[in-house]
Amino acid sequence: MSKHDQLTCHDILGSLGDYLDGNLRADLCEEIENHMRGCENCRVVVDTTSKTIYLYHHTAREVELPNGARERLFSALKLDDFILPKR
Amino acid sequence: MIETNIPEFSIELLQAGDRVEFARMVEAYYGPIYRLALKMLGDSSDAEDVLQNTFLKALQYLPTFEGRSSFSTWLYRIAANEALMLLRKRRPTVPVDENPDDDEDGFMPAQFSDWCCLPEQDFLTAESKRQLDQAIQKLPETLRVVFLLRDIEGLSIRDTSEALGLSETAVKTRLLRARLQLRESLSTYYGERLTYRMNMETQE
Repeated sequence: MSKHDQLTCHDILGSLGDYLDGNLRADLCEEIENHMRGCENCRVVVDTTSKTIYLYHHTAREVELPNGARERLFSALKLDDFILPKR
Repeated sequence: MIETNIPEFSIELLQAGDRVEFARMVEAYYGPIYRLALKMLGDSSDAEDVLQNTFLKALQYLPTFEGRSSFSTWLYRIAANEALMLLRKRRPTVPVDENPDDDEDGFMPAQFSDWCCLPEQDFLTAESKRQLDQAIQKLPETLRVVFLLRDIEGLSIRDTSEALGLSETAVKTRLLRARLQLRESLSTYYGERLTYRMNMETQE
């Protein structure tokens, strides 16, 4: 990673969380975007980190419970009479 | 919040021991709580233990719920503690890298493969999903739990910090570290996919 006039690559990493979550001040976002135009490695890190979050968000959320797990849970909680109305 | 379909619950009814309200609450949360447990532990049987213990503890401690955090944050807090306890029981010694806040420099990216542009189908394969799950399991548990609450369950930074009893700064640090480590793991796999795709193209 290269050194830039204003922001170093290290600075980019420090602000990356706020930048990706949309919590960074507009002028600082602009500085990051300026830096990325001249620093391919930082651009790739920002883009692939963003893609990483997106992928987890959209594909890792689908989880199947083992067979009977819901029923066992309701039984353990003495809620057997509520087992039937499955969503 | 990602979860928009979770209904509101009456804390008064829950605390008064209303079984209908309690069943409604369990129905709404058992999925997300199981998901958190499964991704923390990587084992469905352990995750089911955590699922049951979480709601048993919730039932037990409901009378002491004071509403300082939201109900869902409180429930996630119980679940995260249960999962962390089980992990520590499995492996009683805490490795050195389990104190992620000590090292201020954090984690420097080492892979710069631009795999974002891979075709969408490459991200939807069973193998791709397996890689995502494996990368989570490689994270130190202190980073893993922050990532799961924030980026999978969709808690805010503030709710994550309340659920884990950490400062918001610590949550942000750990979250960034987790995201960068995951990016690094995924770059290995998707970087290979990219090379493969490019080789295919030059052969055509």
